[in-house]
Amino acid sequence: MDFIEKACVMTSADMNRVLARMASQIVENNPDLSNVLLVGIRRRGVPLAEKIAAKIKEMDSVDVATGALDITLYRDDLSTVAERPVINKTELPANITGKTIILVDDVLYTGRTIRAALDELIDFGRPRRVQLAVLVDRGWRELPIQADYIGKYVTTTEREIIKVMLPEYDETEQVLLVEQV
Amino acid sequence: MPLKRKDLLGIADLSPEEINLILDTAEAFRDINERQIKKVPTLRGKTVINLFFEASTRTRTSFEIAAKRLSADAINISASTSSVVKGETLIDTALNLQAMAPDAIVIRHSSSGAPHQIARVVNAAVINAGDGAHEHPTQALLDGLTIRQSKGRIAGLKVAIIGDLLHSRVARSNAHLLAKLGAHVALAGPRTLLPLGLEKLIAPSEGSVTFAGNINEAITDADVVMVLRIQLERQTGGFFPSLREYSIHYGLNRRRLEMAKPDAIVLHPGPLNRGIEIDSDVADGPFSLILDQVNNGLAVRMAVLYLLAGGE
Repeated sequence: MDFIEKACVMTSADMNRVLARMASQIVENNPDLSNVLLVGIRRRGVPLAEKIAAKIKEMDSVDVATGALDITLYRDDLSTVAERPVINKTELPANITGKTIILVDDVLYTGRTIRAALDELIDFGRPRRVQLAVLVDRGWRELPIQADYIGKYVTTTEREIIKVMLPEYDETEQVLLVEQV
Repeated sequence: MPLKRKDLLGIADLSPEEINLILDTAEAFRDINERQIKKVPTLRGKTVINLFFEASTRTRTSFEIAAKRLSADAINISASTSSVVKGETLIDTALNLQAMAPDAIVIRHSSSGAPHQIARVVNAAVINAGDGAHEHPTQALLDGLTIRQSKGRIAGLKVAIIGDLLHSRVARSNAHLLAKLGAHVALAGPRTLLPLGLEKLIAPSEGSVTFAGNINEAITDADVVMVLRIQLERQTGGFFPSLREYSIHYGLNRRRLEMAKPDAIVLHPGPLNRGIEIDSDVADGPFSLILDQVNNGLAVRMAVLYLLAGGE
């Protein structure tokens, strides 16, 4: 697949500022940080959750626990995709009942990933509340799901793709708006 | 690298990449078996039929639990309670099951090649759960997973497979799998129970499969000792004088195990004939991973069902 780059949505410096803002909003909304668990959705939500946890640590010197969720087994399109997606591990603490879970993902689009994540979380326990933090909200929701913390809204067409690039998986750190050609 | 095939009939036709994909997937599924709610919705609405023409506790239960933990509906058919006793042929049984639109058929049969015949006439994914003395692919995969977890690798290890090799589909599937992944397999057992020429069926690969001169030679410096069950139900008699003699000359006891590497692990596909092919103090000892094998079996079967029965 070839892509043409249409715009740079965020530079590395932008991402840093945005994540710091999201971290401070999380701290403001959740006075009891010891009960908060930042859960990244694989793959790119995981390093983002860790970055937010690091920002909170810088601000408040509090260690917020992090986890990782692989939602593949809960996808609603598994029987229609041609190839079985690779399964990665879900890593959550033993008990999430009573916790405030903040789901972290890179892009909020149809909302189907978040639906799957919510179903998986419920199989692990009964959290006190679940909030959602995304780096980019690009619209086009297919389910009634909204984020609590949003790095940036980007207006997109359906053909466009938001490409979040992180040093953990890509060579650079930036967010691009691309289109498949 | 996806698993681009309809069925899992044997290890012989799998590539090392496909084997590793199944093992890696199984690794992720192991966690589900440790959760409080041991169920994911992945195969909701799918049907898995377990068609067993031979006795089995471990494998049949394992496939059934694997299907259920993936939310598939599992149905068990054993030959003694099926229309086979009324004289229905294997193909007719398969076609009738196919008419009920299952997504996967897991079959165990005493004739080598029975799953292959069924695979040709049904649309469902066919998974070989043991056919005659031919293959038992999910057993080899769970053994591979157990070895990989314990040793961190498979390539370069020496694996002794000892006992009733002639009747063993477990040995054949393991020989293929271990050689493909780069292990060196040493086979040994009573001369009357050696399938000579087996090594010629193994595709050229990183590893190797050879017959050791005797059982002690196979075990010496082994990283893994895999003991096979004496399959009395398949033996027509006369392969060895007595079980007592078998135990003395070919059974795995503590003294023999000392010839292996100090950190060697012991595997056995079950069911155990205690005091015959394996002594209880070895089977229950610290180096025995026999129950880990059973645990891994579940993860491997979940992985295989996910990879084969997950599609439309």
